[in-house]
Amino acid sequence: MWSLIQIELYKIFRRPRTYIAFGAIATLIVVIQLGLKIDGDAYAGFLMKDINDTLTVDGKVLNGYLICYILLQLLLVHVPLLVALIAADMISGEANLGTLRLLFTTPYNRTHWVLAKFIAASIYTILLLIWLAFLALFVSMWIFGTDDLFLMKSNYVVLIEQSDVLWRYVGAFVFASFSLLTVTSLGFLMSSLSSNSIGPIVGTMSAIVFFTILSTLNIPLFNLVKPYLFTTHMNNWKEFFDLKTNLDNEAIRGSILNIAKIKTSLIVLTLHIILFVTASVIIIKKKDILS
Amino acid sequence: MFGVFCYYVSMAVIKVENISKHFGTLKAVDNLSFEVEAGQVFGFLGQNGSGKSTTIRMLLSLIHPSSGSIELFGKSIQKNRDTILEQVGAIIERPDLYPYLTATEHLQLFAKVRKQKVAPINITKTLEQVGLSNRSQDKVQTFSLGMKQRLGIAIALVHNPSLIILDEPTNGLDPQGIADIRALIQYLAKEEGKTVFVSSHLLSEIEQMAHQILIIHQGKKMVEGVTKELLDPEKRIVQIKTMDDAKALAIISAGGFSQYLLNRKEGLFLKLPTTAIPILNESLVQSGMAVLGIETKNSLEDYFLQITSNA
Repeated sequence: MWSLIQIELYKIFRRPRTYIAFGAIATLIVVIQLGLKIDGDAYAGFLMKDINDTLTVDGKVLNGYLICYILLQLLLVHVPLLVALIAADMISGEANLGTLRLLFTTPYNRTHWVLAKFIAASIYTILLLIWLAFLALFVSMWIFGTDDLFLMKSNYVVLIEQSDVLWRYVGAFVFASFSLLTVTSLGFLMSSLSSNSIGPIVGTMSAIVFFTILSTLNIPLFNLVKPYLFTTHMNNWKEFFDLKTNLDNEAIRGSILNIAKIKTSLIVLTLHIILFVTASVIIIKKKDILS
Repeated sequence: MFGVFCYYVSMAVIKVENISKHFGTLKAVDNLSFEVEAGQVFGFLGQNGSGKSTTIRMLLSLIHPSSGSIELFGKSIQKNRDTILEQVGAIIERPDLYPYLTATEHLQLFAKVRKQKVAPINITKTLEQVGLSNRSQDKVQTFSLGMKQRLGIAIALVHNPSLIILDEPTNGLDPQGIADIRALIQYLAKEEGKTVFVSSHLLSEIEQMAHQILIIHQGKKMVEGVTKELLDPEKRIVQIKTMDDAKALAIISAGGFSQYLLNRKEGLFLKLPTTAIPILNESLVQSGMAVLGIETKNSLEDYFLQITSNA
């Protein structure tokens, strides 16, 4: 099995397409960091304009931690589309190329190949996320320095001490890996249904857009299905940045306001991953390889 | 010891019993049965769309048969797929490969998926066998169709399998390439004792290398037999080309050749022993008949051409 995973990783990283996602993330982050470095004070002033009269904030608001939060808010919506580029091509791309029949005439059965391909696609996804984390968090910390994290929520503000921030990012990135692996497995399912490259990529992107709209719209009919949609849970990494408060309304260091929500989301996302991968294995096992 | 050897030699490496494959209402393969013995080159002949590739895909468990059974090395392919495929090397239809990998990388990759270890020297040797050693470090995207076909064959051979299944292996090759691959197939069977199952739509290609031939048409077996017997030079089909076929027919009847006449609308055809051809020619010429040409074909070639032309 390890040999198959190595082969799949080798093939992924020999393809120029693989590096598009890494390049796109790097470009976006560098552009945003550059913009905020040049004109960051104006941006921070704009963010704080509603509370400047009632609250005085000392220190450096626009620090590496806030930059990372801004970047994650912007990018974690779009990274799934980049993940789909590879994941949705893992099986259908080989069917289209005609190489799937070469793989399926080796002494490893189709389940082994499908799982190896999924694991390889998952490793790619995790590496993409690590790349994102490195650029968004560590490079931002290096450029902008660190301080307490000051977040503006819809009707309240959150202030997290800088010594209490880093582990929350670790948690957020681990959570984001589940979100992105759900997208990987969805792309994989789409890939198992098709023999061309473009269809599953477009299909995965369309499914993400469609379910995101359903998750966002506040219509009673949709509210019934929302808890079961993976898109409802994908953005819950933000829960790591909501803290419990004491009776004096002060944030409790090291706490998470709604840990149950994070756990539920992780369970829903994991179930989606299992469902999508199992369905892919069953489809491929039953499929006649005609390409 | 002798008994074991005899069993091995006479053992059916491939045993196909009554397999059929339906795609909706289309019967791609219809109740096909055959056996391939160890050490043989087995020619699987049929025009395009006759069901050759579907059959090969079923042999390799890429397609599930609608009915029937397939045994390779005496074991059911459905139940023992992984063990069986360890001993099989195959190319199926087009030589589709990874354009971003080199020839050597392809062989390294496919050597790795074999449970038995493939020594690096085998990779070099296999590339030499198919005539690609001078392009071993070039990416496949720079290869011609013929070179891809050679690399496809190399992938099938790299792990030293006992059974080699080659679907149209000479497609896209130039005449020298075709001769090289033919020689390689004969070498593999004769010198290395491998069983080679090779498909083609060209009888001329198959008849030069196969011990046994099976012709498939519209998914059904039409003819099966030992090549030497099927291509028996004593059973010749002769087409006589003249200016006046009616007059020639009268001369043929008068000369006692009417028993050899074939009922064909497209010309004057006879099926007669090779030794009778010059006698017939002489009697036509002596009767003042202008013979424009005498074309001979063996009966199998004629049969195969009939199938092809009727399609």
